[in-house]
Amino acid sequence: MNPVTVNPPVATPFFFYGTAAVMIIGGILVITRKNAVHSALALITTLLAQAALYLMLYAPFVAGVQIILYAGGIMVLFLFVIMLISIERQEKERPFNKQWLVGIVAAAALGGLLIAVYTTTTKGAVLFPEGRVSYVESQNTQGIGALLFNQTTGMYMFAFEIASLLLLVAIIGAVVMAKKRI
Amino acid sequence: MDAMLHISTLHYLVLGAALFLLGVIGVLTRRNVVIVLMSIELILNAVNLNLVAFSRYWQGIHGPSALHGQVFAIFVITDAAAEAAVGLGILIAFFRNKETVNVDEVNLLKW
Amino acid sequence: MHELVQYITSYLGSDQTPGAAGNIFWAVVYVLLVFVGLSIAVICMNWLERKILAHMQVRLGPMRVGPHGLLQPIADALKLLLKEDIIPEGADKVVFWIAPFIVVLAAFTVFVVVPFGPTHAITDMNIGVLFMLGVSSLAVLGIVTAGWASNSHYPLIGALRSSAQMVSYEVAMGLAVVWAIMMTSMSEQGGTLSMIGIVQAQQQQGIWFLFKFFPLGIIAFGIFAIAMVAETNRAPFDLPEAESELTAGFHTEYSGFRWSLFFLAEYSAMIAVSSIAVTLWMGGWLRPFPNLLSGPTWDLAFSLIPGLTFLFLAGMCFYNTVRMPKHPLFKIQTIGLAGFGLVLGLIGLVLFIPAVRVRVNDIFWFSAKVAGFMYLYIWYRGTFPRYRFDQLMKVGWKVLLPVGFSLLILTAVVGMRTELWAQVQEALRR
Repeated sequence: MNPVTVNPPVATPFFFYGTAAVMIIGGILVITRKNAVHSALALITTLLAQAALYLMLYAPFVAGVQIILYAGGIMVLFLFVIMLISIERQEKERPFNKQWLVGIVAAAALGGLLIAVYTTTTKGAVLFPEGRVSYVESQNTQGIGALLFNQTTGMYMFAFEIASLLLLVAIIGAVVMAKKRI
Repeated sequence: MDAMLHISTLHYLVLGAALFLLGVIGVLTRRNVVIVLMSIELILNAVNLNLVAFSRYWQGIHGPSALHGQVFAIFVITDAAAEAAVGLGILIAFFRNKETVNVDEVNLLKW
Repeated sequence: MHELVQYITSYLGSDQTPGAAGNIFWAVVYVLLVFVGLSIAVICMNWLERKILAHMQVRLGPMRVGPHGLLQPIADALKLLLKEDIIPEGADKVVFWIAPFIVVLAAFTVFVVVPFGPTHAITDMNIGVLFMLGVSSLAVLGIVTAGWASNSHYPLIGALRSSAQMVSYEVAMGLAVVWAIMMTSMSEQGGTLSMIGIVQAQQQQGIWFLFKFFPLGIIAFGIFAIAMVAETNRAPFDLPEAESELTAGFHTEYSGFRWSLFFLAEYSAMIAVSSIAVTLWMGGWLRPFPNLLSGPTWDLAFSLIPGLTFLFLAGMCFYNTVRMPKHPLFKIQTIGLAGFGLVLGLIGLVLFIPAVRVRVNDIFWFSAKVAGFMYLYIWYRGTFPRYRFDQLMKVGWKVLLPVGFSLLILTAVVGMRTELWAQVQEALRR
């Protein structure tokens, strides 16, 4: 088996700010493009950049799940539906609805609230102080498996079963709703 | 400047908040249902980023096997998949009836 | 300057991959080596496919361009680069331009975790197999956008069919991969998703997973072998890109350099999924019979095989040189073939040097097994008729999926038989 390797981070601010810029630009493109396929491609870029951020947070399993499920599954579903129901007059219609100003004011209020939360600190204290972080990522999958399935430490087994039941219900629901004649 | 150079949990939270705001603006202002659904996916991703960032913070306090945030993030991704499938099913069923994908043309119950 | 040299040479004695050791220089070197090796492999595959298909159909294949058509791939590449670049009217220019690059990126990024040896990989991620499956599923996105951006019926239908097929067979592939990972959990270091860890589990358990629990390993490998052929849109599952059915499907409107990108991506994807199959079932870089025929003499005998292979190829080149027609127009071709044989012979002789032999052994066995899979791909193309699309989906969902699930349950029961039998006996005793 591979020795437990310690991988200290390399050039973290460069990668973080670069990936964050890609994500923000992708997000802006998602909500402003008129063409739905362009929005979908921008969302795929954002999701892949998010997977990179997960790798920087030493969560490789979540990054792998994000690439397989989100970028490779959900977005394929979105692209299928966009291409099947895409009609030409979409290009000529106005993209934003009549209440866009109210929407932006509400989002700005929410943004103000979030900024207020993240900038209030007690005198000089850091908001989330660092503990003793480990740079080992080679036991991540085993750790998640232990939390999910192990008899002594697994506390999310019930949630796992419920999630599989939820997926079954979603499959049946989607098939029934998209059928031409039930 | 030095605070900007050392990437801490707060940086990830602020980035998550920015993505959340972009998703909220998308849900509230766009007419195309598919783009509204994609903005919902943006919101869920912002939440996931928060969860995984906090899981890393929790790992610093409780040891390297405290991966609860990551497990939660995996469940959120699973639920997002189910919700996207059902939402797009509804969209297809509605599109078959009314030939439009704009949110403000869903007005059959208007008096 | 001195510390740069220190940085470069500090990796040489390590027993980790460059990614795990954190050495950026060697990681970039390995990336370039994989890139160059992959391009050479795709070029060879082009020639080999045309020649082998031709010989299976009792004809000769390309013979004119170089000696025995050896320069045909280069001529093809030149033609594709010099062709006119046509973009159909009404096509979405940005998406049309991006789509081939998505497919190529997905096909090439997979090779970051492919292990050519215990330290000969670019990196060894903890989630190696998951990463490979995920990134190869990104190719579906490129195909769907390529078909849509062409603004034409045949590409759109071809793209939707092709992506539906790829998504369906990804599920079957995933089940077979889960079977192999379940087998790694039976070794004493515990289960692992990393590619190098899986081969080391096979080495530690002393058996290739192909032969584990005798028919179960072969059935799982069979599921993966069928699913991987469907995943890469190759015969007999190539309806979406067959010329008589859909006029080349999703890449109909792509010409010249863009089409060559799709071609490159398809062959790279073939090599990638073959690498997964070789790593998971056929023991990766391990030589055949590591436990049955062990010992220094057998090691020596098996390590001579790379050199002997190249000498055999050189011998075939010289034999064909002698058989070339004795016409003055063929003089250049004869000299060329003799020169090619000479180069192959020199490589073979270099591979006999002990220092080189030790390092190349792992890479050679891995490449030989992947080359065997490439031959299988070409053999399928020459032998099987094409599946109709509904038959294709039926096989994917109604045959491979139930067989995969029942195989998983059966293997779990067989793998835990001692514990289960103990529990049954205890329950009977009460």
